[in-house]
Amino acid sequence: MTATEKTDVLVVGSGFGGAITAYHLAAGGARVTVLERGPWLETEELEHDFLLGSSYTRAFDFTVGDGMSVLGGNCVGGGSMVYFAALPRAPRFVFERRGSIGRRMWPSSISRDTLDPWYDRVAEALGVRTQDWSDVSYAGGLWGAACDHSGRTANPVPVAIDKDACVNCNWMMAGCRFEAKKSLVFNYLPAAVAHGARIRPLHEVQRLERLDDGGYRVHYNVIDDSDYRVTTDSGAIDARIVVLAAGAGATPVILKRSEERLGTMPHAVGRYFSGNGERLNTAVINEDRVRDVLGLSRDDERAYEAFQVGKGPCVANWDRLDPALPEYSRYSLEQLYFPPALGTILAQTPGAPTPSWFGADKKEMLRRWKSWLIIFTMSEDDNEGVFGAPPPTGNAVRLSQQMLGRGPLTYRPTANTWHGWTSADAEVKEILEKDGIASVAPWTNDLVGAYTVHPLASCRIGDDPHTSALDDRHELRGHPGIFVTDGSSVPGALTVNPAMTIAALAERSVPGIVEAARARGVDVTYGAPAPDGATSGRGGVLHLADRSSA
Amino acid sequence: MPRGTPDTESDETLTLEAFADTILPGAKRGPDDVSVAGHSHDAGSVEAGALELLRTPATGLTSGLAEFVELLNGHAERYAREHGLPTGGRLPSFVRLSFEDRTALVRALTSPGHPEKEFWVMLALFCNMAFDSAAHMSTPAAIAAGHPGLTAMGFAAPDPDGLLRFKEYSYGRPLARLHPDTTPSGSPA
Repeated sequence: MTATEKTDVLVVGSGFGGAITAYHLAAGGARVTVLERGPWLETEELEHDFLLGSSYTRAFDFTVGDGMSVLGGNCVGGGSMVYFAALPRAPRFVFERRGSIGRRMWPSSISRDTLDPWYDRVAEALGVRTQDWSDVSYAGGLWGAACDHSGRTANPVPVAIDKDACVNCNWMMAGCRFEAKKSLVFNYLPAAVAHGARIRPLHEVQRLERLDDGGYRVHYNVIDDSDYRVTTDSGAIDARIVVLAAGAGATPVILKRSEERLGTMPHAVGRYFSGNGERLNTAVINEDRVRDVLGLSRDDERAYEAFQVGKGPCVANWDRLDPALPEYSRYSLEQLYFPPALGTILAQTPGAPTPSWFGADKKEMLRRWKSWLIIFTMSEDDNEGVFGAPPPTGNAVRLSQQMLGRGPLTYRPTANTWHGWTSADAEVKEILEKDGIASVAPWTNDLVGAYTVHPLASCRIGDDPHTSALDDRHELRGHPGIFVTDGSSVPGALTVNPAMTIAALAERSVPGIVEAARARGVDVTYGAPAPDGATSGRGGVLHLADRSSA
Repeated sequence: MPRGTPDTESDETLTLEAFADTILPGAKRGPDDVSVAGHSHDAGSVEAGALELLRTPATGLTSGLAEFVELLNGHAERYAREHGLPTGGRLPSFVRLSFEDRTALVRALTSPGHPEKEFWVMLALFCNMAFDSAAHMSTPAAIAAGHPGLTAMGFAAPDPDGLLRFKEYSYGRPLARLHPDTTPSGSPA
């Protein structure tokens, strides 16, 4: 019998929650192994191609649930490879949300003020910057002008994109071929590797098992490089600390599958899932009205016709992020690009009899695709998602070779959630149909349920053991040495893009993980600079981490 | 260039073509075209390559297509009986339906609560993808060949290296007042 491989810290997943913790722990001296279920895609492999099997289908997963479908990263770098790099901080009121439990959801130790130093660390590490209007795509400009026309404000969103390298190709969902998007493969992950961390792609963690010495054995399958339905090998690694960061659609599934050998899970594992209150509307723009009403033109011939041009979301309306408004009526409205296929089938044809996601009217709508504008709502949902029994492997029964699977998530939107969605739908319609600028219809929920690109909260932090799976240090209740640092740890919907908050929470969790590792005999310290060596962000948090850096 | 022309007159091909044509309709390819209803003046999902895509193993659908066809024609047979439409004859039951009746049946099959909804939605998803993203072809090659869906949508052609770049992308001027509570980091307060 061969001895099981050992490491100090085993990190599951290489998105924000995994990359950030792996870097700091490796830089602090721990032996770190990262298991990532997706492939490791080099820049040269990132194609502008919808062909099944291209980087576009290799890099992310679309998991259909009952009432909610989830789009998530599936590659080294996780969500950061396929996301749009929009990185706003969550508004102050979000941390005071009560949500479905009727009392503050967030741990008392976390507020916008206490999280800001950690946001600063992420901003430094990723190079987050504010955009100005000259960076904003035509679609973002159009949304801003429409907001202004209806008496509203509009903001270019902060991003981690090198504007000099960006070619505005809008292929960000397939990974950035031009290395303009500052994915984790350009900062935290290479820095982690430089400090000795080992990253193993196509290693899908299935379950955890407790060892007699208080450590954990992590069981994985090795996944075929092109047909993700095929398992080619399996194995296990023993670790003194486990950091789970497989994403909010997978972390609770791994834990639920592990329950038999780990013991009972906290009640909130696989409950309180939030889709970040997300909802989409597609507008078909009246080109003449854009010129006549908004005074916009690209050139002598075209006023807009630029849906395809740009870099994801550029401009958002934040007027409803008003702390004076009641919960469930606050949301941001963000211009967004979605590529064809996933971004077209759910679009309903404005003015056509429903359901209008298919048929002759839909084909005519597609003919005007260049004049589309997608507006993305991020509102406050009710954390109503619940995970059922885990599938045999992974977090879904994979239907296609890549991308498409059927997962165990059930989501029945409450009246509160619907209130946010319908209020946002009505406001988008009011803004864009004013003076005939566009015709607007929401995406249908009838086909694959609601749809989120920002799954959250399925294994969340909190102060109340009944409604939170993790304490405020991200340690799994009743299972010392297991930490969860991905989007599943976020307590609820954020009303803005969540990557910045997920990353800040991961940064904030590191001193506590270091402390737990030291208690288990791992020789590790806290205090690494940003991945590129910058130190101003570290200066802002070291006093907060004194306990574990001692 | 895939034209989706029926290589055989098999019931499977005709039925799947008729389903794809219901999702995104096209013009008849000839006077004898029975699967494409002719509810549009130019190419739809079938000519865009729906059958090629459905028969691409990577979709995960391929091995189930015969069962889809049998189920769909069973539903169509019942639909015809319930609506007093003629039954029997040479063509598969779904193909015999008018465009409007095909549409009504697909609507029912993909509605919330239908026990087979998930399968029909998946079939529709790939029929849609054949048109709007040509997922059975390399995208630069599809654009170069004038793929009907990408062409109709106006999907921009890449540079010779297969990569898309837009040199012009912005109106380049302030177009709205910023939210008064924006923080120095550019975030909401």
